[in-house]
Amino acid sequence: MTIDPVNFAAILAMGILTYMTRLLGFLIADRLPKSGPVRVALDALPPAVLVAVIAPIVMFGPIEAVAGLATLILALRLPLIGVVAVGVGLVAVLRLAFG
Amino acid sequence: MTSPLADFRAGLVAVFPTVVAVIPFALILGQQATAKGLTPAEMLAMSSIVFAGSSQLIAVGLWSAPTPIAALALMALLVNLRHVLMGASLSGKIAHFGRLRYLAAFLLTDEAWALSERRAVDQPISRTFYFTVALTLFIFWQVSSVLGTLFGAYLEHPEALGLDFAFPAIFIALALGFWKSARRTGPVLAASAAVAVIVHATVPGAWYVIAGALAGITAAVLTAPRQAPDTAGETTP
Repeated sequence: MTIDPVNFAAILAMGILTYMTRLLGFLIADRLPKSGPVRVALDALPPAVLVAVIAPIVMFGPIEAVAGLATLILALRLPLIGVVAVGVGLVAVLRLAFG
Repeated sequence: MTSPLADFRAGLVAVFPTVVAVIPFALILGQQATAKGLTPAEMLAMSSIVFAGSSQLIAVGLWSAPTPIAALALMALLVNLRHVLMGASLSGKIAHFGRLRYLAAFLLTDEAWALSERRAVDQPISRTFYFTVALTLFIFWQVSSVLGTLFGAYLEHPEALGLDFAFPAIFIALALGFWKSARRTGPVLAASAAVAVIVHATVPGAWYVIAGALAGITAAVLTAPRQAPDTAGETTP
């Protein structure tokens, strides 16, 4: 149950730089215009970031692609926890069958 | 306005599925950390000070003796650069937090951000809602990653259970909530997905998220309906 000082220094450096990335967005946003192209860009950010995270995972292979499509359709009907449960279950079954 | 108690409940309901997804992720992180010789106390230090899942998992993968401090720090910076975009988008929606914004920034994760942005589509984000979501994730992250260092050896093939698919499933469902119309949202999603997949396949590291997001917002600007100069531009965000 000890902390090595060198390891702690690495953890601290990671933490400081990570906090900077979190703070920087808040600080620059205060100086951005409230209308026009910059506003359009900021409004489009949430779906753009989410899809950029998802797309490579879903395109990883046929199992992930099928599960991704099924999740998309289910999400129109089910609450979030149901979508997660069915998505995870489907991937497990498909990997068992074809993995 | 909704009451704090209602916001607290709404926060718990919203965060529950992500907690289910976070626990196995954190257990695997703890298990990997132990395999690299990190102690439970070091795991707790990293989870509470850095508190950023992907960068922590990659850091543990890179960990070696002597500890490559500069490489680890640079990697954390690059992997977490997407927070700049998330913070810029969220900032105006939590402007009323005052000084608590600095704590809100520290607790900013993909999950807390996505749930809050989704909430903001329907109603303002209250302090109670944001911190219920963010602190719940924080607590479960600490407990589960430390438990992973102690008991992770029992979790050998998590991918066979499909647990790695919990995150994409959550994000797909949340992304649907931002759909406005094929005309406005279609180009954003198509550009973001295409560029993210291409960059992911060709450029090492986590650049694909930044590249995809930038492509998406560029598409939004290029395809935005042309408006006369907005003289009544006092609409608050």
